[in-house]
Amino acid sequence: MALQNIFPPAPTQNIKVDLSEADLVRRSASSVPAPARQLTSVAKLIDTSKCIGCKACESACLEWNNLREEVGFNHGVYDNPLDLTPDSLTVMRFSEWINPETQNLEWLIRKDGCMHCEDPGCLKACPAPGAIVQYSNGIVDFDHDKCIGCGYCIKGCPFNIPRISKVDNKAYKCTLCSDRVAVGQGPACAKACPTQAIVFGTKDEMKAHAEARIKDLKSRGYKNAGLYDPPGVGGTHVMYVLHHADKPEIYANLPNNPKISPIVEVWKGVTKYVGMATIGAFAAVGFLHHMVSGANRVSPEDEENAQRLTGGKK
Amino acid sequence: MTAYDLEPGDQVHAGDPVKVDRYSTGARINHWITATSLVLLALSGLALFHPSLFFLTGLFGGGQWTRAVHPWIGVLLFFSFAGLFIRFWRANLWRSEDGTWLARLRDVLAGNDEKLPEVGKYNAGQKAVFWGMSLLIIILITSGVVIWDEYFSQYTTITQKRVAVLIHALTAVVIICLWIVHVYAAIWVRGTIGAMTRGQVTGGWAWRHHRKWLRELVGGRQNRP
Repeated sequence: MALQNIFPPAPTQNIKVDLSEADLVRRSASSVPAPARQLTSVAKLIDTSKCIGCKACESACLEWNNLREEVGFNHGVYDNPLDLTPDSLTVMRFSEWINPETQNLEWLIRKDGCMHCEDPGCLKACPAPGAIVQYSNGIVDFDHDKCIGCGYCIKGCPFNIPRISKVDNKAYKCTLCSDRVAVGQGPACAKACPTQAIVFGTKDEMKAHAEARIKDLKSRGYKNAGLYDPPGVGGTHVMYVLHHADKPEIYANLPNNPKISPIVEVWKGVTKYVGMATIGAFAAVGFLHHMVSGANRVSPEDEENAQRLTGGKK
Repeated sequence: MTAYDLEPGDQVHAGDPVKVDRYSTGARINHWITATSLVLLALSGLALFHPSLFFLTGLFGGGQWTRAVHPWIGVLLFFSFAGLFIRFWRANLWRSEDGTWLARLRDVLAGNDEKLPEVGKYNAGQKAVFWGMSLLIIILITSGVVIWDEYFSQYTTITQKRVAVLIHALTAVVIICLWIVHVYAAIWVRGTIGAMTRGQVTGGWAWRHHRKWLRELVGGRQNRP
């Protein structure tokens, strides 16, 4: 594949930003008009079989996004930091797996981060209008000015990705370098990857590229090699080539057939409407009852009876 | 005569009309702190419950403030309601006449109080609201802590948080409905609101709605050990 197509030269002048409000297809807790144009669907393809675990992607991500991870500790494993944080929007997860068929120890390395779901659970769960948006090219992005820090996106996400900052109480995750993509550049991680285990392009191109990789892996004996583009969330705009696509969970618990939790669907679906209707119905019944029955008033006889009752005791 | 229907400060004042002290100053302050908290919780909670009500975050200084302040108001409500619970639980114990009262709900709603059994300080409806509020508040504070990510996110799994947020939303809907019943009953039964504002009701109101309580107040003084 001609890499020039994937990484066009960096524009230095007359940069045209090609990603705007007009390209939104989804907007949290609100609706958007249908966009006038459909951008080409993009995707990042992460080939776990080519990854050497160098963490250049982690560094490039911090660098481009101007983030500084706190100096941490060596926990005795390669994962560093141990988990995603509000600053580390991507982390390499290392798994040691003994292949039961070959008894070989396989060192599986997966670059974790936002998968940019076609049907994003974070966006569905978000209560703040416009805090999470989806562009017609597939990128799911957080608008931090509108984020209220409630953490609902964490509950909505099938991949456990967003992290809330303790500094500004806002949710952070990989943007797929939407700011770079908007000016025709690939994501910083893809740019930095020395083995081209991370590549970026149109979703169709990436699927075709994956197909060639899978064919190659199969010819090398990885008979279950395949593409991870889970249909349960409508497909993703970050995809993996896995040598063992039949068992994604061996890659640091990559979910097998992820989808938005049915609990979240109920919470953000029927509960929202039935809840509002029930509250409205109670208020309406109260109003109607008063219209029909009138006030329940104390009669003069009641007062006389009370006086008779207390009078004798005085 | 058992006197657990009487609460400290309940007292009859003969006159025209007869006046009855129903809630002490402490009980009223306690009630209104709880009431204010509940209303603020409902407004801030509804703002995050349905997008069409997100504008309510404006009352709290924006979305971030709403998110931050809602759980703290919940803590205030929990302790404030605990105070009400300690004051009122005894008089809200279920008694034999409550079943009869409930069975005649049709007469209750029609305002035919003369067809209802004589009841103590609280009728079955008020007791249902009391115990309902108690139970719902326990569910709300528990599920609320689970989704209070700012301080407690590390103690539960995401699945547990999903369950908690759904329970919290459903319970909130129920408690808002119960609150509507509570407020509506206070408005519909004229002469009730004074009990929580000035602390007094008229003798006629007590005769009509809580005759057993009135009889205990009038006669019980001599009967009490």
